[in-house]
Amino acid sequence: MTTSAVTEKNSFMKVLSNIWELVKKIPPVFPIFFVLFIIVSLLSPTYSTANGVMAFLRRTAPLGILAIGQMIVLATGGFDLSMGSIVTLVCLVSSLLLANDEANTYPTIGLMLLLGAGIGLFNGFVVTFLKVPSFIATLGTMLAVRGAALYWVGGAPKGYFTDNFRMWGRGYIENVPLVGRFPIGLIVLIVVGLISWFAFHRTNYGKQILAIGDNVRAAKLSGVKVRLVRMSAFMVSAVLAVIGGVMIGGYGGVNVSIGEGLEMDAIAAAVVGGVLLGGGKGAVVPVVFGAYTLEILFSMLNLLGLPKPYKDSIQGLIIIGAVAYVAISQRKKR
Amino acid sequence: MKKSLLFVVSLIVVMAMVLTACAKEEVAPEVEETEETVVEEPEEEVVAESPGLQMESAVVAAQFFSMDDYNQSLEWMANEPVNPDDPIYLQYLLEDPTSIADYPQYEQKDGPYNICFSNAGVNNPWRVVGYTTMGEQVLQLQDEGVIDNFYHIDAQGSDEKQIADIEDIISNPGQCDLLIVSPNTSEALTPVVEQACEVLPVVMFDRYAFTDCPVVSERPIGGYAFGISGAEFIVDTLGEEGGNVLAIRILPGVDVLEQRWGAAKVIFEENPQLNIIGVEFSAYDSFEVNTIVTDYLARFGEIDAVWMDAGGTAVSILEAFEDAGVDYPKAMVGEDQNDYLGFWKENGLNAIAPTFPTYQWRTAVLASVMFLQGEIVQHNWVLPQIPVTDANLDDYYNPAMPPLHYAQCGCEDMVNYPDAWINVDVAKYDNLND
Repeated sequence: MTTSAVTEKNSFMKVLSNIWELVKKIPPVFPIFFVLFIIVSLLSPTYSTANGVMAFLRRTAPLGILAIGQMIVLATGGFDLSMGSIVTLVCLVSSLLLANDEANTYPTIGLMLLLGAGIGLFNGFVVTFLKVPSFIATLGTMLAVRGAALYWVGGAPKGYFTDNFRMWGRGYIENVPLVGRFPIGLIVLIVVGLISWFAFHRTNYGKQILAIGDNVRAAKLSGVKVRLVRMSAFMVSAVLAVIGGVMIGGYGGVNVSIGEGLEMDAIAAAVVGGVLLGGGKGAVVPVVFGAYTLEILFSMLNLLGLPKPYKDSIQGLIIIGAVAYVAISQRKKR
Repeated sequence: MKKSLLFVVSLIVVMAMVLTACAKEEVAPEVEETEETVVEEPEEEVVAESPGLQMESAVVAAQFFSMDDYNQSLEWMANEPVNPDDPIYLQYLLEDPTSIADYPQYEQKDGPYNICFSNAGVNNPWRVVGYTTMGEQVLQLQDEGVIDNFYHIDAQGSDEKQIADIEDIISNPGQCDLLIVSPNTSEALTPVVEQACEVLPVVMFDRYAFTDCPVVSERPIGGYAFGISGAEFIVDTLGEEGGNVLAIRILPGVDVLEQRWGAAKVIFEENPQLNIIGVEFSAYDSFEVNTIVTDYLARFGEIDAVWMDAGGTAVSILEAFEDAGVDYPKAMVGEDQNDYLGFWKENGLNAIAPTFPTYQWRTAVLASVMFLQGEIVQHNWVLPQIPVTDANLDDYYNPAMPPLHYAQCGCEDMVNYPDAWINVDVAKYDNLND
């Protein structure tokens, strides 16, 4: 009798602690995002209308895609600072290649994707074979790509983006039940997110990336083709930067400064999404929410009447905080 | 091991200290603001005391703004050109004649001439159009046998490089008969421009160094006039009732841009019926600017007018209105960039485009040649600066030109127009010498 009561009590506690374990497993980015979102929708009625929410989801979709790409490189223990320049390249060169003709849109996007893969391959090659630290290597690519883009177009964008090019970042599917209109950019994000989620969490590839980020030597000894995986991570990152670039160009229109500083946005978004700088930890869905959290945070600051430069300071603090966190937790391990 | 740990920790501490030191001012108002907004949320009118003009981003750095220059610009804006029959790029608003005869230290000789051009940079679309116009003018003068070599030395936006570039020219006497300078920043370039004046005639345009030694200092009325045109248009359009005005600036600390905003601010302060809801820096980024406008629309519900210190992202701003499902602003200020003019025409906006015309690049070359040939030129050559309005929009908008073309290039009568401006290739003009 008594024994069964004790076991009952124990099993109750067990259930409770199991639930607590589950709650603890929820990445903090989700509750943070929802709390911030509720605050923002209290501050501005726009954010509590379907239209306002959809506009917000659309605006942040490209950053979500960039953050996924950045996360994959960060998870291997690297950095990709060339993302912003790739976005600039996509916007500048597309304006030239489109030549104001809708028929050129998809060949142009295709070429940009190839070009992106090439830049990623180059980054990966320099990092893995020439052993240049990725921070320095991609910093170099960042400058080179931007310079090359400006040189290619002769100093300024040459044409407009066609409507079917802009659609990817700017368009909506109209008359969707419940929400009214649904941003095409969000569909792109969902598709990219699903593919990367599958690749990252349901295949060996994802495990290999995390293994490299956690401990290169151990990964190598257990048979991971470190160089190949690392190079592919940079390629994925660059290709996603191209996809993000097409959407950002579509959203913003022709401009020379577009893309500047986006690599830092993507790193900050990934960090907020729980990615460990230095590698070994990362997950697709939290990172996408990291991008949305970052953006809703900036919107909140704006709604509170703080000027834009705060954004940069806060972003810097987030990144430094993340680095400090890694440094401190590594100290604990020792 | 311990040492490296200590190092890392102290590094983080130092960084945190630096950051808190920098962020101190920023974090403090954040807390205050939170309380304030929560309190004032229900009564919007209390907040309505031009919050934008209280922002840090609304401050005009004192060294860039002078009330005397503001008043002088107002005066010049009322002037008619002295020589209205000349092409626009050779007109001037006040007479200030000079010629090489006034400068015995410079030797007059026959052409063809060698001209050096120390350029602040070709790093934005405005400069790309200007430099293209200049390069085409040089090509034409080379064909006419007036110019022999044209050396373009690009400072790439760096004071240090431009100073070194000009020092090179000074130490190579005889390479150039005349130096054209578009200074990167005024103060830093002043001493070296003065040194150059001692060796060879200098023609200065666009941004100025603080010196009167160049034989010709040439540009349109300038930043004040740009700011005044846009702000006055907003005041006139919104009338007694006033309304919400959002000001978008590119970045702080650039003289011409500070002057534009400084002048507009004077007018906004004189008109309290205008509620300046915000002054924001866009860094010239069309994605960023769209976000800013979307957030302001969410916060204030309505924006009646947008003032800009440069029109590069005007179309993105208008698209943000479109996407939010609200009407375009009652008064829009942009610049003579072709995409904006097209958007304006297509959507029947009530808009204005103050200009800082790119034809001044062409004037620099022509004034140089005229001076070397002994003709009369204007010492302070103030070119007309005419805003694009509904009345003359059709004269300037050209659907065949690229989006970031600047309409007031004064280049329509040139040999390679419009091809050279449609298929821009600035590298072409870097090889105009042997």
